[in-house]
Amino acid sequence: MTLLQIEGLGISFGGIAAVKDVSFAVKPGEIVSVIGPNGAGKTTLFNMISGVYLPGTGRVVLNGEDVTAMSPHLLARRGMCRTFQNLQVFQSMTVLENTIAGYHLQESGSVLADLLNLPASRRRARTAEAGARTLLKRVGLERAAEREAGSLSYGSLKRLEIARAMALNPKVLLLDEPAAGCNAVETEEIDHLIAEIAASGVAILLVEHDMKMVMRISNHIVVLDHGEKIAEGDPATVSRNPAVIAAYLGAENAAG
Amino acid sequence: MSELLQFLLSGVTVGAVYALVALGFTIIYNASDVVNFAQGEFVMLGGMTTVFVHAAGAPLPLAVLAAIVLTAALGVAMNKLAIEPARGAPVVSLVIITIGASIFIRGAAQLIFDKQIHSFPAFSGDDPIRIMGATILPQSLWVIGGAVAVFIGLWLFFTRTLLGRAVLATSNNRLAAQLVGINTTFVMTLSFALSAGIGALAGVLVTPITLTSYDVGLGLALKGFAAAMLGGMGNPKGALVGGLALGLLEGLTAGYISSQYKDAAAFIVILAVLFFLPQGLFGRKSTDRV
Amino acid sequence: MRLTQKSATLLALAVIVALAPLFFPSSFYYRVGALIFVNGLAVTGIVILTGWAGQISLGHAGFAGIGAYACALAPVHLGLHPAGAVLLGAAISAVLAWLVGRPILRLKGYYLAVASLGMGILISMVLNNERDLTRGPDGIDVPDLGLRGALKAAGLDLSNGQFWYFFCGIALLLGAWLALNLFNSPTGRALRALHGSEIAARTVGIDVARLKLQAFVISAVYASVSGSLLALQNKFITPDVAGFMHSVEMVTMAVLGGVGSVAGAIFGAAVLTLLPQVLTVFAEYEQLVLGTVMVLVMIFLREGVVPSILRKIRGAGE
Repeated sequence: MTLLQIEGLGISFGGIAAVKDVSFAVKPGEIVSVIGPNGAGKTTLFNMISGVYLPGTGRVVLNGEDVTAMSPHLLARRGMCRTFQNLQVFQSMTVLENTIAGYHLQESGSVLADLLNLPASRRRARTAEAGARTLLKRVGLERAAEREAGSLSYGSLKRLEIARAMALNPKVLLLDEPAAGCNAVETEEIDHLIAEIAASGVAILLVEHDMKMVMRISNHIVVLDHGEKIAEGDPATVSRNPAVIAAYLGAENAAG
Repeated sequence: MSELLQFLLSGVTVGAVYALVALGFTIIYNASDVVNFAQGEFVMLGGMTTVFVHAAGAPLPLAVLAAIVLTAALGVAMNKLAIEPARGAPVVSLVIITIGASIFIRGAAQLIFDKQIHSFPAFSGDDPIRIMGATILPQSLWVIGGAVAVFIGLWLFFTRTLLGRAVLATSNNRLAAQLVGINTTFVMTLSFALSAGIGALAGVLVTPITLTSYDVGLGLALKGFAAAMLGGMGNPKGALVGGLALGLLEGLTAGYISSQYKDAAAFIVILAVLFFLPQGLFGRKSTDRV
Repeated sequence: MRLTQKSATLLALAVIVALAPLFFPSSFYYRVGALIFVNGLAVTGIVILTGWAGQISLGHAGFAGIGAYACALAPVHLGLHPAGAVLLGAAISAVLAWLVGRPILRLKGYYLAVASLGMGILISMVLNNERDLTRGPDGIDVPDLGLRGALKAAGLDLSNGQFWYFFCGIALLLGAWLALNLFNSPTGRALRALHGSEIAARTVGIDVARLKLQAFVISAVYASVSGSLLALQNKFITPDVAGFMHSVEMVTMAVLGGVGSVAGAIFGAAVLTLLPQVLTVFAEYEQLVLGTVMVLVMIFLREGVVPSILRKIRGAGE
């Protein structure tokens, strides 16, 4: 059973195709990674799937429904949530509040109740807070709950973003380089966290540079180069694919 | 028929003024993404300064020159004192700053000049020219000619000169412009000077027809803004067409509907454009979304 | 027991409202106090809109005009009690804010400023020009609220100045209480999230356009009620209440005290309401002063006077 179906997605900026005709599928509980050299179009692809960019061509189908170009807040309602490569946390709010924000959909009721501080409004806030504390424990941030998010280390912020996304109780989770900038220990923690989330039945789509991590945790890998899909398959197959090796070697040569 | 022509002629005259104000908006907006709500005060200063320098005994051409130069200098001062120190501030802060600057200029004008209504003689006399049963003042031709001349001048500046291209490059991408060695601070200064000077010129040209006082700026700013929105924010051609269209609409409203509500036309245009055509007639469609 | 910021603000405000009259040099200051409270109410609405939702309105006086003229016209033409007229005005303002805000808050940037400016000027134009209904620029009488008479019958005899001072003080307390509730509620958290990162806010399911619209509608109601209270206590109103300068005053008051904080905004309202009363030459320099305040605060004290001072004190305490 497919949960997320990407069909022929493409976009151009100023006449240059950044992503061209990319298709693949993600099942519940599966970890699918998108890899490729720098500038291959991974983040652009993510931005199209998550409704930040309007795709030029193709469709995104979530749970049988066409959600192409749908606003991020509507996608969130349908169970798709993401994290960001360049971290998007609410800096001046506490770690706890950041996580509670993830409960927005369950937490928000009528503005009138909020204005009047009605019991219903307080109850919703309390439920969200309890949930948030449980999640923070799960990602190992319970001690930092009252700290301002801006004061956290990079690795902790990455986990905070995952906790906030988990608060939405998503069916599909898009993680944009969750281990970037993390040390080996932090990477391993995030590794475990992702595996655990997938085990609970959430479909995970991952963009990651740490090739060891990708090979370790992915069920399925999609390889992009110059905006096009050049290979796809399980980690073992993909790592032996000559086109993939050429793309990476080419990129390294160009960089060197 | 002659009645319609009359309304159209007066519409084109005010439209030319709105186009000049809108061009002023466009220049600053392109250079800095700042919507300068003080644009109308430049127009007021052009008219009022001319009046007072002329009254002090200077010949009219000299007074006009002084007004334009002084207003341009004030534009530069405003940029240095109020806009540059707030670089990087959120849009809301910049809007408040330009509104504050506009109210400051108005308050100062009220103290330095006075609260009376003023005018000075038209450049080529007051004998109306007859065209197919309608009439037009020679000064109206000055206004229309001024708008066209400024538009052509700007077009030549932006397409034919190195400096103009530097301004365009800055409006496209500030960082990239800095990287290729364009002094973006100077571009900002130039934009404010240019924009204030054009505003002052509009004030000079139109004062013999509409008269002036310390508080005419806000209304003109709003109408210039409506014109710029209608044409598409940041597009000089849009500013010209938007200004003329708004002027005509206002002329026709005054003629056929109600002269009391002729000013309402501009605001209804603003709201209608925002509701139905946010990028204006010539604007680029934004890929940003909320 | 440690006070939350909400209770501390409300408590301080209540103490000030109750005790300030002890220091009044003359009964004239009851009237000044009432004016401060009325402006404070409008400015609290601006805090919700500008400080929390990050949007700016340059036409809020238009809503004050609707609230004020509802009190002048509805009792005469519709036979409504003045208190009902306040509600009617608030409802009209809310609907108008919704109609104007809905399409515009889907756009990014400064568009609400422009649209609200146009809307405010249209409202003031109608109030000035529809002489048959509004009597035009000369103003119109407003019926008595009747509450003071009722209190007197019940044994509480207050002078007109005293009555309006306490009545507006209570209204402001109520308004501040509602705003602070909002700030600490799920909606308030969503607003703060929006400020932190709009894109992340959308990702967690926050409907940004809807949230901004709610803030605009709520702040319109604040302005409308403040206009109603002004009309009712003066028993007379002119179209100036809806004028552009009044809109600018509201924004300046909020900005001066601190546009993100209810206490700061009320402080700003107090300063700018007192100034003209204390400095008789102020009228002459009003525009100069307002303009300077707006520019300087935005450049040097972007959070406003009160939050900047509080930060200093807290910083020194640590």
